[in-house]
Amino acid sequence: MSEMKTGGQIIWESLMHEGVEVVFGLPGGAILPTYDDLAKYEYPIHHVLVTHEQGASHMADGYARATGKVGVCIATSGPGATNLITGLATAYMDSTPIVAITGQVPTSLLGRDGFQEADVQGVSLPVTKHNYLITDIKDLPDAIKEAFYIARTGRPGPVLVDVCKDVQQASMPFKYPETVNLPGYNPNINAPEEAAVSRAARLINEAKKPVIVAGQGVSIAKAEAELRQLAEKANIPVATSLLGIGTFPATHPLSISWGGMHGEAYCNYALQECDVLFAIGARLDDRLTGAFDTFAPNAKIIHVDLDPAEMGKNITIDTPVIGDALLTLRNLLPQIEPNEHPTWLEQIAEWKADTSDRDILAQETDELIAPYVMRALWHSTGEGNATVVSDVGQHQMWEAQYYHHTKRRSLLTSGGLGTMGYALPAAIGAQMGLPDEEIWVVAGDGGFQMTMIELSTVVQEKLPIKIAIINNGYLGMVRQWQDVFYNKRHAGTPLFNPDFVKIAEAYGIPARAVTSKEEAAEAIKEAQAYDGPFLLDFQVEEFTNVYPMVTPGKSNADMIRRPNSMTPQGE
Amino acid sequence: MSEPQLKRHTINAWMEDKPGVLNRVAGLFRRRNFNIESLAVGHSETPGISRMTFVAYGTDRDMRQVTTQLDKLINVTHIEDVTHLPAVKRELALIKVKANNQTRAEVMQLVDIYRASIVDVDMESLIIQIVGKEDQVDSLIKLLQSFGIEEMVRTGRVAMVRGLQEREMGGTDTAVPTHQNGHH
Ligand SMILES: Cc1ncc(C[n+]2csc(CCOP(=O)(O)OP(=O)(O)O)c2C)c(N)n1
Repeated sequence: MSEMKTGGQIIWESLMHEGVEVVFGLPGGAILPTYDDLAKYEYPIHHVLVTHEQGASHMADGYARATGKVGVCIATSGPGATNLITGLATAYMDSTPIVAITGQVPTSLLGRDGFQEADVQGVSLPVTKHNYLITDIKDLPDAIKEAFYIARTGRPGPVLVDVCKDVQQASMPFKYPETVNLPGYNPNINAPEEAAVSRAARLINEAKKPVIVAGQGVSIAKAEAELRQLAEKANIPVATSLLGIGTFPATHPLSISWGGMHGEAYCNYALQECDVLFAIGARLDDRLTGAFDTFAPNAKIIHVDLDPAEMGKNITIDTPVIGDALLTLRNLLPQIEPNEHPTWLEQIAEWKADTSDRDILAQETDELIAPYVMRALWHSTGEGNATVVSDVGQHQMWEAQYYHHTKRRSLLTSGGLGTMGYALPAAIGAQMGLPDEEIWVVAGDGGFQMTMIELSTVVQEKLPIKIAIINNGYLGMVRQWQDVFYNKRHAGTPLFNPDFVKIAEAYGIPARAVTSKEEAAEAIKEAQAYDGPFLLDFQVEEFTNVYPMVTPGKSNADMIRRPNSMTPQGE
Repeated sequence: MSEPQLKRHTINAWMEDKPGVLNRVAGLFRRRNFNIESLAVGHSETPGISRMTFVAYGTDRDMRQVTTQLDKLINVTHIEDVTHLPAVKRELALIKVKANNQTRAEVMQLVDIYRASIVDVDMESLIIQIVGKEDQVDSLIKLLQSFGIEEMVRTGRVAMVRGLQEREMGGTDTAVPTHQNGHH
């Protein structure tokens, strides 16, 4: 006989069945019965109290990206739930598995505009993979089971379960379901059709100038080793998308970095010039491709993805391969013939040499510039041994350019939605999942201020997160667009900043401002040596801009390059 | 590059009859900027499964997006673009037209020609029901306009493929082990 359990108990027991160890949340009236059951159970799952529910959804996201497990966040009805939305939208765009549980007004009050009612199912509909409104306790166990199943399988994504307060209080005999019944859900986790794979193999074998574009799908499928085998077997250069960073070591001789709007020039040239482009687990969005009809104009494009809706969504493709990245690579590898591609690799090496010549770090300056900080951080962390959680803006692009990631899942960043304020809370989630990992937040002075209130969560949870603020006194990336496209009119981009060192100290976090190149490496060492969180306020040169840069709506071939002599920028 | 060809597509979709499912479908159309001309929904032969026919305008590529995105909705069990299949496509319209002693006979004659029927009679008006292809409905409406159309409602197209066919439901009905908080 199954035991009688309340809705709140069912929620916690279901999470335990799913192997959940930590949830991120903040209570309120409509979710209180569930919180009370957490107390009655003597906290079998660690609850991280956040400062703002946006933080809870980003923490669940960071936890999920760092560990590959489903992240869980919890909030009350109305404003609690709507505060989660930015984090859910961020997770949805970047295919992160999250289960969000929200309290809702009692069923008797639904639709009556009572205190703290919001149509959370309606509001979250376009930013979740699926969602539920539970008005009857008998639907609760299946909904939670399904939510986890849907969140983590196929193309992962956030799922929200909105639970009416009276459902949390009601009771029923409970046994966690063992199966899901979802007649309309096909996660496509199978191997692709053989014919598609052989066609892909034939194209790759015949290619003279092949390129691989690896996206986050490779890491979700844990197919990094197979990707590397493919590249090495046929000597194919590998580019990644921004989210694909870490799927292929950036220091590998076949790595051609990452492409797109601020990708390395030699990478973009390779993408434009290739004759076969093998895209795997990358959705080929506009930031990577530039104007859709100008992307890789001479290439036969093979697109491997388990989401059939990605096939031809943006780019006309030659060979769609629908299936799991790992199974695809496994089936493909035996059909790939060893190859050298010497002329092609030489051509790329030439482009690369030109890129290095124009590298901002190759140009002499005494000023502390952000790329220098990123390179110093890379050296100080064993050349890529840390997990970096970057925010959104110029610093995000420099991080991706100058911190050469060599480990899987070692860069967490909001690529799709571009959510400022992501980094600190996501890093908290990541550190909760990986307590022994060295985790660095890299954030701009603008984005950091959006969620820096979560410093209290850092301290509360005693997390040794290291924080590097790239402080240029501007909403830098927007200022850059104003420099390039709006005749340097800086409307709404100069920032009024607090003293970040004092802010940190107010939370009891040691901190230090860094104003010169000479101090950078040593300051990073000081932060690393400290047993606990540490904040570094890198006061960098204000007007440095990120290059190369592709004008939105233009071809990657027309990117604005960095000059190859010392020319002052942003003047 | 040749101009992509814009066409009218008829698409059938089967979905679980769950609260909010129509909202999900409509929300998707809006969010993805799909242009939907008509939409009709009702029960199918399977209890718990609703069936929708919608007509959308766009290129073949647009339609692949419509169907693949729609298919991703968890509650949608099957999609079928019947545009290029042999299918019966019909729409029903109710038309309330002004008709008095002088004009009634003439209206009734039109009704006869179009194999429509009169489903309600009043001193001043008639309600005509027509079932047919849209162009037949359009043409009757056009002729009735001269009498004065008071009210009209059209269901939008519904469609059914001719002959017997297998329909696969690409869903999941699996035992999912617990303690699975990891990759599939
Ligand atoms: C929530 C949010 N609001 C606005 C933007 C638009 N935006 C993109 S980059 C950027 C500037 C970021 O400035 P900062 O955090 O200081 O970083 P920097 O670019 O200077 O490195 C802004 C405002 C955004 N991405 N996210």
